[in-house]
Amino acid sequence: MKIIIPIKRVLDPYTQARVNKQTEQVDLTNAKMAMNPFCEIAVEEALTLKESGAASETIAVSIGTDKTVDTLRTALAMGVDRAIFIKTESELDLQPLHVGKILANIIKREEAELIIMGKQAVDNDNNQTGQILSGLLDYSLGTFISKFDLSSDASSVEVSREIDSGIEIRKLNLPAIVTVDLRLNEPRYASLPNIMKARSKPLETIELDSLGIDTSPRIKVISVVESGTKDRASKQISSAEELFSELNQMGVL
Amino acid sequence: MSALILIELNGSEVNASSRAAITAASQLSDSIDALVLTNDSSNSESVSKLAGINSVKMIVDDSLEHANVEVASKLIAEVMGGYKYLVSGSSTYSKNILPRVGALLDVQPISDVCEIKSNNTFVRPLYAGNIMATVESSDETIIMTVRATAFEHSGDGGSAVVEVLSLIIPESNSTFISLQESQSERPELTTAARIVSGGRGLGSKENFALIEQLADKLDAAVGASRAAVDAGFISNDYQVGQTGKVVAPQLYLAVGISGAIQHLAGMKDSQVIVVINNDPDAPMSRMADLVWQTDLFGALKELNEYQV
Repeated sequence: MKIIIPIKRVLDPYTQARVNKQTEQVDLTNAKMAMNPFCEIAVEEALTLKESGAASETIAVSIGTDKTVDTLRTALAMGVDRAIFIKTESELDLQPLHVGKILANIIKREEAELIIMGKQAVDNDNNQTGQILSGLLDYSLGTFISKFDLSSDASSVEVSREIDSGIEIRKLNLPAIVTVDLRLNEPRYASLPNIMKARSKPLETIELDSLGIDTSPRIKVISVVESGTKDRASKQISSAEELFSELNQMGVL
Repeated sequence: MSALILIELNGSEVNASSRAAITAASQLSDSIDALVLTNDSSNSESVSKLAGINSVKMIVDDSLEHANVEVASKLIAEVMGGYKYLVSGSSTYSKNILPRVGALLDVQPISDVCEIKSNNTFVRPLYAGNIMATVESSDETIIMTVRATAFEHSGDGGSAVVEVLSLIIPESNSTFISLQESQSERPELTTAARIVSGGRGLGSKENFALIEQLADKLDAAVGASRAAVDAGFISNDYQVGQTGKVVAPQLYLAVGISGAIQHLAGMKDSQVIVVINNDPDAPMSRMADLVWQTDLFGALKELNEYQV
């Protein structure tokens, strides 16, 4: 069984996003970038399946300019077998529907039966790509999973989904797409020897233009503003009595 | 230019986020229908009473009790024929289904809309809500989820006609096995007027009971930071933040939460924020209206024993 892990390069999640006041767009010039944390969890799960003997091959896929290769090399260093790099000439505003169409093309070509990916990317927070991809391919879908069990004959998976009302358990027949939540696993770090080894692992480059997919934006970002948390005039208190009295005055009890 | 609301039911009741979706849709269209996917036709009763709804479309099938996404997305795509807008409240229910409908209709959905600027222009959060983007859709059909904290919750008072649609239920490749539902007598997190939320500082599941005790005293919902959930103090559906629930109560009381940006993203619009923490430099404290810098166990004991 082949596993494809689509991954995304994003602004390092511990970095504050900044706005370019002239262009009114998010400014990523010289910003520290990293693999989307949810994608790391997806990579880890695929590697666990490979190590258990359930998967024959793990393939990471990413889309972007040349810098995206760094993120694919990180996945290879974690242990993924090979990488597919969908190359764009410039920074495109690719949206989940576009990404879904590109990934669907690669998945059909590779005849992959299991797709493991992050539930959302921490830049645009759309939480859509896995769902869209499942619709395009008509694969079964398990979103927001925190537990994953492959059946012994590798024909289905049982997943635990973290939903608003609790945990839902579903059985998905393969081919399937799962989107992973935070508590599925603890991603490994790439060791130095593995980082070295990753340099010689296969990385195939495909020009996006060669796939013939319409990537004209469906949604245009007209402007962005920083709306970070506003500091408040914090008043110090020092007893339960004081707290209850303040809250009563504010009328929130 | 009519709009269809995908209604989410909790048992037989309409979810609060669906009520927010009606308010949002009323800013886009004069003609709003509700769509209910359910296994029980008697569930239409609460939906038909919603104010502002023209008619209720209902599809009844056993596979829809636990929202089989493959089935639901195909049915919704079929019903969408006559509608310009598909709107639902942001929740794991809608986020699971709506993007798949988008794929079937070749529409790029819009997640977590917080404000409607015009019939195709919306404001939505990026980067855990640290950036607000104004986005314009060029799709013929618009599919979106809306934040329940950003729109009024539309009330009852209507008497819409219910129409049961008899569509062919598509085949599916997945099956529901079980639901481990969180049982709680407390107010629901996303609609509670007051929330007491605990973080890593609580140290253990046993200690987290102190948060629950205080919540009961204040008739509040219980919330948690990601760190508290990851540490197993409480289950995932109590998590507030970028990847959990977004809340905006009148009172948010944060105990032992340092305040990662991902957590702040989920509660920064709370009316009054109280922080109890022993770390004066915690980012959470800067967000607070009231700060009690102290040992949190001493504070919780005092609060729980205080005679109101």
